[in-house]
Order: sequence, then structure tokens, then C-alpha cells
Amino acid sequence: MNKIRCAVIGPGNIGTDLLEKLRRSPFLEPLWMVGIDPRSEGLRRAREMGLKTTADGVDGLLPHMKEDAVQIVFDATSASAHPENSRKLTELGALVIDLTPAAIGPYCVPTVNLTEHLDLGARNVNLVTCGGQATIPIVAAVSRVQPVSYAEIVATVASRSVGPGTRKNIDEFTRTTAHAIALVGGAKRGKAIIIVNPAEPPIMMRDTVHCLTETEPDRGEIIAAVQEMILSVQQYVPGYRLVNGPVFEGKRVSVFLEVEGLGDYLPRYAGNLDIMTASAARTAEVFAAGLHRAHKPATLESAKATP
Amino acid sequence: MSADRKSITLHDMTLRDGMHPKRHLMTLEQMRTIAAGLDGAGVPLIEVTHGDGLGGASVNYGFPAHSDEEYLSAVIPLMKQAKISALLLPGIGTIDHLLMAKDLGVHTLRVATHCTEADVAEQHLSKARQLGLDTVGFLMMSHMASPEKLLQQARLMESYGANCVYVTDSAGHMLPADVSARIKAVRDGLKPETEVGFHGHHNLAMGVANSVAAVEAGASRIDAAAAGLGAGAGNTPMEVFVAVCDLMGIETGVNLFGIQDVAEDLVVPMMDHVIRVDRDSLTLGHAGVYSSFLLFAKRSEQKYGVPAREILVELGRRGMVGGQEDMIEDTAITLARQRQA
Repeated sequence: MNKIRCAVIGPGNIGTDLLEKLRRSPFLEPLWMVGIDPRSEGLRRAREMGLKTTADGVDGLLPHMKEDAVQIVFDATSASAHPENSRKLTELGALVIDLTPAAIGPYCVPTVNLTEHLDLGARNVNLVTCGGQATIPIVAAVSRVQPVSYAEIVATVASRSVGPGTRKNIDEFTRTTAHAIALVGGAKRGKAIIIVNPAEPPIMMRDTVHCLTETEPDRGEIIAAVQEMILSVQQYVPGYRLVNGPVFEGKRVSVFLEVEGLGDYLPRYAGNLDIMTASAARTAEVFAAGLHRAHKPATLESAKATP
Repeated sequence: MSADRKSITLHDMTLRDGMHPKRHLMTLEQMRTIAAGLDGAGVPLIEVTHGDGLGGASVNYGFPAHSDEEYLSAVIPLMKQAKISALLLPGIGTIDHLLMAKDLGVHTLRVATHCTEADVAEQHLSKARQLGLDTVGFLMMSHMASPEKLLQQARLMESYGANCVYVTDSAGHMLPADVSARIKAVRDGLKPETEVGFHGHHNLAMGVANSVAAVEAGASRIDAAAAGLGAGAGNTPMEVFVAVCDLMGIETGVNLFGIQDVAEDLVVPMMDHVIRVDRDSLTLGHAGVYSSFLLFAKRSEQKYGVPAREILVELGRRGMVGGQEDMIEDTAITLARQRQA
């Protein structure tokens, strides 16, 4: 089977970790790594792995898109650079997967609404935030059982895993996540809280989901839906675990999660970064399977997903 | 005792930190009456918001009886001389809340971060400064950072626009020597025109002593609450601190009998429980745990049968920081399971 060719823009921690995941994929072939600094460590690593690289930004990639048949491009740069990158790439027919907080395309959480976007032919999808990827599946699981009037998430991340970009604009995290909790998770209202914890050794990412249901929660159905959802997320994030819950108290349903990363390039405690790169790779794989489906029956479901 | 007469600014916490022991359920009438009493007693600055700051309304920290907007709107127009401040924790509240508070006439905005994470406050501090607010950085759980580290973080806050930076003893864990060392480092390292403040909790009964140490080391703003109404064993009790300042020749501008009457006649009758150093709040201080965890731990004790003290010690051991209230129930469930095993 021909693999679908991909490019990654942004050879930083996220881009480098993503590259490791793409290299293992049975459906994807990472061909290009794009940066802006010729001395970048990430570009050097990518070159050593046999990828083509450019330090001329997205403009260095554009002339090669057609001849190299690049169909999927991941943007792991910044919210400010993303719109222009996306415009140039989608013009050439690529699917752009946005790991920045720019969110010009629809929010995508693989276990919840990915196939919907691809069926609608979206050319740019945004991966919300790390906290969103970790918690929205649970909100969606509960709201598939019964209406959720309010959902709130608390994401606690290790200080070492929070980069300067996130720190400079932490409101972007709270706003975007809250918005997606409602829009994708299906709650009527959403709220997001992020806590940065500096403990040493660094703590594993923790995520707590509180849902308030409109009527008394159906315990049995909710427990089953949450367990099933956790299994789905574990297909691409094996370190996604239920620590406690669901706890039921009146109309409150609380689920306490932990996200351990795979430790590809980023350390294992940085589950927050791992779940972003894993979600990006998953999104691309499902898209790639869709392209193949045009020629032969789907293979993704039967194949082992790339964690 | 210092020979030269010092003058400090007292900042009242009754209606903000005091929201914790009230489970954020103060009525608008209680807010109005107490704020008017504080104003009448000459308290120059009064904080009003959810206990966890603007936007704190949540399952995680508790839904308040009224919104921040309602509380601020109720109090601000009544003030004859006092100014009103609001607290904001980046990651919980956003610039939207800041703008709302500014529109309602808040004079001071305090932006709180864990003591090693000052850089998450850049956008909020610079916005507050740009809007012309009295802009204060608030380094929580200061006992967890060395004086040098604290100064480095205080400098960041100053660079973002803070004209005052606080050493905040959120766990009530510090002893006077710890306070002196930190205040002195921050005072010596910041620009002379930048003020330094201290916020104490009374979990080791050190609220007043620590505040005195802070003033002597160069702090010019001190937080306190009438009758100590605040998280844990409460904040530095303002009426006591005002009396001590009077004896020490430290100018506060607050009338001693006036603040005593606010404490005795208005605040004590409103308490849901006696604010004192009990075994659980003492554990907060001893183990260095965020003071507002207290009632959540007591609630988890009721629900899961694990003593609050044990839960708090475990939270301290795991290095929990302010805002991680979700981990209290999580830890209680885990401890309960381990006990069964």
C-alpha cells in the first residue's frame, strides 16, 4: 500500500515528537520537515532520519508539494504564523492539521468528531488544546448518554512541559478549551481551568472532568460510556488512564484522569504534549484511510493504530 | 522596635479570602454591610471577589451566591474613602474578567501565580498596567521558593508592569525568619519605587508575627482580615495587627476600635464555623498546604471516611499547588481504596 506523504512545519519539541510517531505509521510517510532556522536541532535530526528539509519556512516547501505528492501538512508553529501557512497549503490542495491555538478550521477531537469533518471535506482542522484533547472525549461520552448543562475541566501540567508560547497567552487555553467543551463535547456551557505545577520530579498530566447533567445521571450508562471512550482514546494514547471515578453526587459526574506520554522525543510526564502529537497523527491516519477507501475497503479499523 | 515612624497600607481580605470559609456564599447584604464598616474604620483597600478570584465560580472551587460582577457592583458605589481591589489567577480568570472589573470601578488588580510561574501573568499584568490600574503581582505559596528564586520571579512581575509584588504565604507555613529573608531579598532587588507586600495565613498562629517581620524587612502593604476571616485558620486578624502596629508606632490609618467593632459585631456572627487553629488547619501550616484546601478535605473526610489531616499531608507530600482542589477528592478516593486493600 502506498503511504500518504506528509510534511511537518515547526521542528521544535512538538514537531520532532510528531515526526517520531509519523515514522511508525503504516499509513503515513513523513517526507518534509520545515523550519526557519538552518541551525535548528530539529531540522538536523530530521535530515539524519532521511527527511527532506528546508529552513525557508512554508515557502521553501510549496514548490515541492506537487512533485513530492505531499497531501497532509502539520503546522506546529504558532497561532500568528498559522493562517498564512494554511492559506498557501490549502490552495495547493493539502489537508492542514493545525496544532497551534489559531483555530481557523473546525475543532477536531479524533474520537468525537473526526470522521464528521473529513466527510464534510474540511481542508483545515484544529486540534483545540492539550486539555481539550484529554477531556472533551469524556464530556462527549457523558453527553451522549444524557444532556449536560455544564461541563468543566481542570488540566494540571508539569511546569517543564509548558512552553513560553502557552505561558504568554494562557487565556487562549482557557477560552479555546471552554469553547470546544461546548461545541464538540456537547455541553450547554463549558469552563476550563489550567494549573501549572512545578513539582520535581515533574508530575504526570492530570485532567479532571466535572459534568452537571440536566436530570439525575444514569450511572450505569455513564460508566459504560466513559469506559468505552477511554478505550477509544487509548488506541492512540496508550497512557490515557482513569485514576478515579466516575464519581456521582447529585447531578455532578466527575472523572479523574491521568495522561502519560509515550516518551518518543518528549519526556513521559509531558502527556499534555504527547496527546497533541498523537491526536495529530491519528487525524492524519484516519484521513489517509479515507483516501485509500476510495480505491479499496477501509483498512484502519482492522490495523493497529499508531500510538 | 524601629525608631523611625513607618507608614503602611492595610489591604482587607475579609470579603475575598473570607469567601473560602463562607463557601463563597456571602450575601450581597453581608458584603455591603462589612465593606461599609471597613470603609468607615479607615481601611484604605478592600478586596472583593470569589475566593479564588475573578472567574472562580466553578464546580472545582464552588459556585458563589452571586457573580463577581454583582458583588463588585454592590460594594463599589458605597465606598466613601476605600478603594476596591480584585484578584485574578491566570488559568482560572481571563482578561475578559479583568476588563469587567475595571469597568465596574476596581482600583487595584492583583494577579496571582504560583511562586515559580510568574510568567503566566504577563498578559494580565501588562493589561492592568496599560489600563492605569494599581497593578499588583501575587506570588503564592512563597515558602516553596528560595529568596533568590522569589526575587527572580518578582522581577518578572515588575517587568510586566506590577508596581507592587507580594510574598504570599498561602499555606501559612512560614516563620518570621522565612518572611524576613524573602521580603528583604525582594525589597532589595526590585526598583525602589516598586512596593513589596505580604499576605499571611494564621495556620501556625504566625499571622501577626510574620506581618511584623515583613514590615521590618521593608514591606509596605500588608493583607489582613477582620476577625481573621480567611482560608485555613484565617488571615492575619486585622484588629490585632492594627493594635500591634499602634504599639510599634507603625502608621496604618485604621481606627482600632472601628476595626474591632467590624470584627466583633459583623464578621464573627456571620462565621459558619469558628476560624481557629484546629488540627486540620494546623496540618495545613505544618505540611505547607494551600489554605483553601481545608473545607474540601473536611468534606472528603465525611464522604470517604479518610481523616482530613491524612488527606492534607498526602497533598503536601505530592507537591500540590494552589488551584488543585480537584486532587482532594481524587486523593481521598485513592487513600480510601488503599485502606480497604
